Amino acid sequence: MNRRKFTDWLLRIASIPVAASIIYPIIRFFQPPETAEGTATTVEAATVDELAVDEYKIFRFGARPGILLRVSEDDYRAFAATCTHLDCIVQYRDDKRMIWCACHNGLFDLSGRNVSGPPPRPLEEYQTNVVGDKIYVTRT
Amino acid sequence: MKQSIYTWLDERLHFHKIKEVVDKKDVPIHKHTIWYYLGGMTLFLFIVQFVTGMLLLFYYRPSAEEAFESVQYIMNEVYFGWLIRSIHSWAANVLVAVVVLHMISVFFMQAYRKPRELTWMSGVILLFITLGFGFTGYLLPWNQLAYFATAVGTEMAGSVPFIGQWILEFLRGGPDITGATLNRFFAIHVWILPAAFFLFVILHLYQVQLHGMSIPPNIESKGSMKFYPDFLMRDAVGWLIAIGILAALAALFPWELGEKADPFAPAPPGIKPEWYFMFMFQALKVLPATIGPIAGDVLGVVVFSIGALLLVLIPLFDKKAEHGQSNPTLKWIGIIVIIFIIAMTIWGELD
Repeated sequence: MNRRKFTDWLLRIASIPVAASIIYPIIRFFQPPETAEGTATTVEAATVDELAVDEYKIFRFGARPGILLRVSEDDYRAFAATCTHLDCIVQYRDDKRMIWCACHNGLFDLSGRNVSGPPPRPLEEYQTNVVGDKIYVTRT
Repeated sequence: MKQSIYTWLDERLHFHKIKEVVDKKDVPIHKHTIWYYLGGMTLFLFIVQFVTGMLLLFYYRPSAEEAFESVQYIMNEVYFGWLIRSIHSWAANVLVAVVVLHMISVFFMQAYRKPRELTWMSGVILLFITLGFGFTGYLLPWNQLAYFATAVGTEMAGSVPFIGQWILEFLRGGPDITGATLNRFFAIHVWILPAAFFLFVILHLYQVQLHGMSIPPNIESKGSMKFYPDFLMRDAVGWLIAIGILAALAALFPWELGEKADPFAPAPPGIKPEWYFMFMFQALKVLPATIGPIAGDVLGVVVFSIGALLLVLIPLFDKKAEHGQSNPTLKWIGIIVIIFIIAMTIWGELD
């Protein structure tokens, strides 16, 4: 190997880290950073007089939606509102007394269990606490 | 396999014709050859700007409510966001400097003489486009300094006789600087100017290709080198060094963001434009309020506009260059203008 060939190879090998140090930041840049997930595990979801029996509300739990149901006078239930099928937001159907996803007709019962339609898993359940006139939802 | 793919493509795209052109391209060697690298450096820095600019578009939000926060997000959260944005800002400044040097070298080498008049004119227009990029880009982070610098800058444009008010409202999207201004500057920065840039850069490079590099009058060429690979390789070394310098600048001095613009807060002290607009800013500042019957700032803006027009038209009135003679008068005018600009810039920065 003569000197010219040696320099040639040196240049070629050196071009790899150079290219990598340009391309790597670019590829990483495309990846969105994890959104501040909201470290809070408890949120105020609603006030007592906001919901009558058999009514529901979609509330914000950090960056994600949750669903709060008032099943009876003092029975509040809360779940993640994201359907386990394809991420649509679910709603409460008072005619069926079920949680329903309008996208593909998935049904969950009042415990969040998937009972019919395509959803593969139950909805994640949250704890509810009534303090004064406020309803707090806690993720466990 | 490789050969057959090449043949297939060549039959359709005629690569061999491009190769013929490239093989024929020579770069003359003489004591001023080094200045030829500035054109390639300019083009390279523009590519850096296009790549980093496109990346920034993935996160930047052009609205008064969100622009500042989105740039903050880029600087603090996005992976390598600080690097991409700082390189974009640093390269913008280096680019202006390199474009100006490129023009100055072409000026003193009289490379604009026949048949390269249009190469010069398109080049000067590309310089104006570059300054437009700088002016519009400065506002996009929506911080205090940029907000008030833009207020001043657009106000100056408003001093142009007859059409000033129209230009001002066109730029601001109304009588004041608001979110509408930001939207306009954004549209100009990422669409209109790049489109104009492509148009003129194609014209510019096509002519450089057509006429080759100009050898200054009274300079003897000591032969030539092949553009490919000899000149291009040397170019590439320069680009590699430039990337290294930009990355180092970005890492050591990440571009500041400052405070979010507040249209209802008093202007903070130290409002100043980017350094490359400083000479105009300073000149207009020191002009008396009225000169004879004309308002001082109007006169200043008119003089600068005429100066810009003359700059474009230099090849048409340098008759000596056309006959291969040097033109001492024009040379001295150039030197005086450069000294004036440097002096005004320093004065403005120290003021």
